Amino acid sequence: MASSRVIDIADLSLTFETNDGPVHALSKVSLGVEKGDFISLIGPSGCGKTTLLRVIADLEHPTGGSISIHGMTPEEARLKRTYGYVFQAPALYPWRTIGKNISLPLEIMGYSKDERAGRVRKGLDLVNLTGFENKFPWQLSGGMQQRASIARALSFDPELLLMDEPFGALDEIVRDKLNEQLLRLWEKTQKTVVFVTHSIPEAVFLSTKIVVMSPRPGKIHDIIGCNFPRDRTLDIRETPEFLDVANRVRQGLREGHSYVD
Amino acid sequence: MLTSLWSGKTLPVIVVSTILVVFWYVGSIYLNGDMQRDAFANANKTDYTLSEFIKGTWTQERPKLPAPDQILSELYKTVIDTAPTSKRSLVFHGYVTLSATLFGFLIGSVLGMILAILVVHVKSLDKSLMPWVVASQTIPIIALAPMIIVIMNQFDITGLVPKSIIAAYLSFFPVTVGMVKGLRSPDPLQLDLMRSYWASRVQIFFKLRIPASVPFLFASLKVGVAASLVGTVVAELTKSEDGGFGARLLAGSYYGQTIQIWSALFAASACAWALVTLVGILDRLVTKAMGAR
Repeated sequence: MASSRVIDIADLSLTFETNDGPVHALSKVSLGVEKGDFISLIGPSGCGKTTLLRVIADLEHPTGGSISIHGMTPEEARLKRTYGYVFQAPALYPWRTIGKNISLPLEIMGYSKDERAGRVRKGLDLVNLTGFENKFPWQLSGGMQQRASIARALSFDPELLLMDEPFGALDEIVRDKLNEQLLRLWEKTQKTVVFVTHSIPEAVFLSTKIVVMSPRPGKIHDIIGCNFPRDRTLDIRETPEFLDVANRVRQGLREGHSYVD
Repeated sequence: MLTSLWSGKTLPVIVVSTILVVFWYVGSIYLNGDMQRDAFANANKTDYTLSEFIKGTWTQERPKLPAPDQILSELYKTVIDTAPTSKRSLVFHGYVTLSATLFGFLIGSVLGMILAILVVHVKSLDKSLMPWVVASQTIPIIALAPMIIVIMNQFDITGLVPKSIIAAYLSFFPVTVGMVKGLRSPDPLQLDLMRSYWASRVQIFFKLRIPASVPFLFASLKVGVAASLVGTVVAELTKSEDGGFGARLLAGSYYGQTIQIWSALFAASACAWALVTLVGILDRLVTKAMGAR
C-alpha cells in the first residue's frame, strides 16, 4: 500500500512572521494522498487550503513537520517536474498564442520541436480547444482560458495535478460544464488531483476524499470519503447519497467555524 | 454632419490650429508694432493706413515674431529651393542633426537597456547605480554639453561622436526607467508558474521578463528619441562648425535672423515628430505580432 502513496504529510506547520506577530497559516496538518485520488481541500478563506497546496508545490516552505512527495522533498519533486499547477487565474502569457502557452513548460523543459507540436495537439484535444491553437488568450472566454491553462499544466504529463480554485472566477453554468469535463479528464488520464475550492457541490461532485479545513490556525477538521462511481454525471447531485455527503461537509464547515463567532 | 465631424479628429484639429494661427498673426502685429512705427517715422511717413501698418508688421526682415507665412516661405526656400549640398539648405543641416541623433539614440537605448537589466538582476546595483542614473538627469545638459565636447576633443574624438554622446546622455534615462519597470512588471502568478517548472533565471528572463517589458520599452523609446534630438541640437550650439539645426539656431541668433531661427525650430520639431511617429509604427507592428488587440 505504501508504494501507492503520492503525498505524505505529517504534523505540518507553517507560520508566517508578520509585523502584527506570527500568523499560523497551517497547524499540525496530517494527510495522505493515494495514487489516483481526487482530493478536495475545502474551507473558508484563511483556513490555509491554498497555503497547503503551495507547500506541496514547493512555492511555500513549511516551518515544522514533514512532507514527502513520492518519497522526495517538495523541492526535489519540483525539480523532477512531478506536478502541474493550475492557478486561480489562467495566468496565460498574453503575448503567446494558446498553442505557444501550452508549449511553454515544454520549451523550458527542453522538449524537441516535434515533441512539443505533438503534445500541444494532444493537450488542445484533451480540453476541447482544437482549432484555437493560434488564437491569443484575449480572444477566448474565461472558461476556455482556464481549460487552456489545464492543458498547459498537463502538457508535460506530470503525475500530480494541483488546482487552486481553478473555476472560482467563472459563472455557475460554465463551472458545472468544466466540472464534468475535469471529471472525464481525470478518468481518462488517471492523474492524482489535489483541488482547492470553497464550493461544497463542486467538492462533493469531483472528489474521492474531501478535506474540510478550519481557520485560525489553519488545520484539518475532518476528512470525508466520497466514492461515487467514476462515470458519474451532474445528475447525481439530486440523489440522497450526494446530499448526505454535502450535508456532512456543511456540518464540518460549521463546526470548524463555531469557535470563532 | 457637423456633430459627426466633432466626434472625429479632423474638425477639432482644424479648429485648434486655426485659432493658434490667428493668435500668432495678432501677436505679430503686437510685437512688431513698435518697430513698424519706428520704420514709418524714419521714412517720415505719417499718413499710413491701418492695413499698411498691419502688412508692415507681417513683412519685416528681422521681426521680433515672424508671421507664419514668413516662416513657411523661408522653409520652402531652404528646404526645396536650395540644393541639399549647400550650407544654406535645411536638408543639409537636418541630415547632420538626424545622423547624430540616431547614432546617439542607438547608443542611449542599448546603454539604457543594459543598465535596466543590471539593475533588475543585481540587487546591490539597484541601490548603488539607480541614484546615479537619476542624478545624471538633474545636471542641466546645456552646462554639461560644452564640457563633454571639450574633454572629447582632448582625446581627439571629434565629429559625430561627441554630439551623439550628448544625445545618448539624454535618451538612456527614459529607456532605463521604463525598461526596469517593464522587467519587473510580471505578476506573482506569472512568476510562480515559472517556478513550478523549475525554470532558470535565464529562461525567466527571456520567456517572461523580456516579452513583458516590450510595451514599456516602446513607450520609453518614444520619449528617448525625442530627447536624443534635443541633446544633439544642444550639442550643436557648442560644436557648430559641422552645421545642424543647433548651428543654424546659433547663427540666426548672432545675426538677429529670427525667421531663420523659427524655421530651424520648425524643421527640428518636424524631425522629432517624424522620429516619434516611426517608433510608434514600429511599436504597433511589434505589439500586434505579440497579440495586442
